[in-house]
Amino acid sequence: MKFKVLIVEDSKVSREHIAATVEAVDGVEAVTTASGFEALKLLPRQRFDLIITDINMPDINGLELINFVKKNPNYRDVPLIIVTTEGREQDRSRGMALGAAGYLVKPFQPEDLEALLRRFLKPL
Amino acid sequence: MTPGGKALAEFVAEATEILDALGRDLLALDEARGQEADPEHINGIFRAAHSLKGLSGLFGQERISQLAHAAEDLLDRLRLGRLTLDDQVLDTLVDALDTFQALLGEASRTEEGADLSQRTRDMEDRMARLGSPPPAVEEDPLERLELDATVRAVFTEYEEHRLRENVRRGVALWRVRAAFDLTDFDQGLADLNARLKPLGEVISTLPSSRPGGSTGIAFDLIFGAKVAAHALEAALRGTPAELAPLAVRPPVEGSPGPAFDMPPPPSGREETDAELLLAADTDEEEPDEGSAPPGGSTSLATVPVTPVGSPPRMRAVAPPSTVVGLQAAASAPIPAGRPKVEETSLRSLTQTVRVDIGRLDGLINMVGELLLIKANLQRLAETSRQDGTVALSKLFGQELSRETRQLERKLEALQEGLLEARMVPVGQVFDKLARLVRKIAREAGKEIDFVSSGGEVELDKLIVEELSDPLMHLIRNAIDHGAEGPEARLSAGKPRRAVVRLRAEQKGNHVVISVSDDGSGIDEVRVREVALSRGLVTPSQVSEMTRRELLNLIFLPGFSTRSSVSSLSGRGVGLDVVKNNLGNLSGIIDVWSERGKGTAFHLTLPVTLAIVRALVVGVSGRTYAVPLNSVLEILSVQPRDIRTVERREVLDLRGQTLPFLRLGRLFHLPEREVNRHFVVVVGLAQQRLGIAVDELFGQQDIVTKPLGGRLSRVKGISGATDLGNRRTVLVLDVAELLEEGIAQERRRA
Repeated sequence: MKFKVLIVEDSKVSREHIAATVEAVDGVEAVTTASGFEALKLLPRQRFDLIITDINMPDINGLELINFVKKNPNYRDVPLIIVTTEGREQDRSRGMALGAAGYLVKPFQPEDLEALLRRFLKPL
Repeated sequence: MTPGGKALAEFVAEATEILDALGRDLLALDEARGQEADPEHINGIFRAAHSLKGLSGLFGQERISQLAHAAEDLLDRLRLGRLTLDDQVLDTLVDALDTFQALLGEASRTEEGADLSQRTRDMEDRMARLGSPPPAVEEDPLERLELDATVRAVFTEYEEHRLRENVRRGVALWRVRAAFDLTDFDQGLADLNARLKPLGEVISTLPSSRPGGSTGIAFDLIFGAKVAAHALEAALRGTPAELAPLAVRPPVEGSPGPAFDMPPPPSGREETDAELLLAADTDEEEPDEGSAPPGGSTSLATVPVTPVGSPPRMRAVAPPSTVVGLQAAASAPIPAGRPKVEETSLRSLTQTVRVDIGRLDGLINMVGELLLIKANLQRLAETSRQDGTVALSKLFGQELSRETRQLERKLEALQEGLLEARMVPVGQVFDKLARLVRKIAREAGKEIDFVSSGGEVELDKLIVEELSDPLMHLIRNAIDHGAEGPEARLSAGKPRRAVVRLRAEQKGNHVVISVSDDGSGIDEVRVREVALSRGLVTPSQVSEMTRRELLNLIFLPGFSTRSSVSSLSGRGVGLDVVKNNLGNLSGIIDVWSERGKGTAFHLTLPVTLAIVRALVVGVSGRTYAVPLNSVLEILSVQPRDIRTVERREVLDLRGQTLPFLRLGRLFHLPEREVNRHFVVVVGLAQQRLGIAVDELFGQQDIVTKPLGGRLSRVKGISGATDLGNRRTVLVLDVAELLEEGIAQERRRA
């Protein structure tokens, strides 16, 4: 059984980069979406072991997605990782306060993400 | 990531897109110089700079990344209200865009000029130095807004700033709450947004899983209204939205008053309703949900705004069934302002064609030769003028006609050369599709081998662009519905991995593109059942249908054999839309399928849309043009050769029955008594039709121009063309006429 990671990121290049990094880890599968809305649609249909989300997105922001996931008994146990850029400390700390399990600052090294995956996807 | 050729091309393409978007927003700001800037444009530019920074960082494009970083900083200050957008800032941004474009140009040539590097650093400094002192800080206006802290906690810094700005200006703030079905909430929200946007600013969209049941989802939109309450109510009539004003304490002295009257407090009977509603909300939500806190101090006063003629409570607006949803999506106009879904089109943003310099040189040479002929003709004209009354010699006439022939030949060559310049290999689209296949296969849990061939076949650029979306849809279908999962394939005795093929082939004046799979095939019995149950055909019609005709029913609007919509193909676009798209390209689609063996779609397309050779015909005194690329032959028949089979006119053509269409009758023209008909036999793919006309005038190159307004919907006409002698004639749409022939057959059956 593979671990399934949902990646929510509106920038195509970033999304594909994250997906490639995630899939490079054995036993992990990535599902990508470009918007919060798409994520909301996918959540009830598939079981995810981890969600990686951007904060600034066009339809709903990443914080709202985190809040939604954490308020919903069906998904509240799925760990969330925020991906932000430098200088967005307020957004990041709000995300952590809402229950995100970790964060990653762009541009990141593949090892950083891999370390997070190993921390939250056990036993990997 | 090192920028190799392909990666570099990808980077340049995406960066170009980002800069295009940035340019559009910047242009909008520039046009509105001196007025108050629309926050959406500033945020758009900020997002573009942000994306560009991430993108260029990823591809090791240091200079662009650095500059984008500086731009992002500046724009962030701007959108968070720490900097005022004045002429100086705007000019800087315009110059920065220029610098970005220059940098991208160098990057695409893998250059790194010292001059531009210096210019980039100067630009960074210039942006960093910009800064008006932040406006005097008074009391934070947000403190005056009675909004629960848990709601505030999910706002990004930017959203919080927008909320603050709206409070500071005294804009009436509302919570717009609406519940939708989980399957199509984005459409419902898009509709809601389209209604709200002209009336103010949607500051935030907060999702909530309750109340909404297991298949529903609710949203709270925080909305700053530029209009009075009744206008807002009117705009939301008919939607599941409920309005509740967000209370704002009066500002301290000296601050501007509210732009519009707040809605009057509910009174009497209504007040009871409001309380009941609030209580109901609280019951359904968790105490910390935020939008409706429990107990005494209501931070959100709730006023039910009941749309006339609809129940007061939130309702899920779920379509009764999937198929209805599909139908609606395919035929209904797309609401304005609908957000982009992830399914981005593969079409390129530019209408540019790259032309090999050799081809251009050839064209220039031809123009040189044309100039030579023009000089000769000029000389001849001059001679004839000077000789005045002297009768023109035979020799002169010969010379003139020789030059005219030359001119004709060169013009033909020039036309051909220009058409060639419009041609691009279909492989351009094939490559993009190939990249998608892996992702689609992964999402669908299928193992797919993708094989493409014939990528070198050339088609008109316009056609190639328009083809990308239909092809993407067909490939999604092949993977999603055609190919079986690995286990199912193994148990059916097939190789584990399914094969999806994309092939292009030139056949005369047409190109045939096929999308095929070796999957489970289409069950025509099921197709028949579904078509019957949807009322698309009658039992007597299907009883006479061949297997091929049955299979072709899948192209009818409203047909879908799927009982559920998949996230892959089910975006409200059915095969009928694919068929329509192809029809717009004068193409035709055909399906072949064998149970257990697979399915193949064949798309037959003209090589170019720009200039075609046409047969000019006359019917009842009117003139029409028939594109020659679909004309197979012309027959001369006596009226007695026309037979009537099942109330339908047909001809016998070498033992085959050929459907016969009287053009005059189709267009309701007065029919003439004739002792013989000319029958133009047209065909596309497997379909044939004989079109009866009165006269044949000859062949001519035509450029078809679309018809505007109501005329554009006339069946059987694709456009109009100018025949040169200032006569405008209508051009027949052969694909549609073939359709019409089949439809008549169905109607009569």
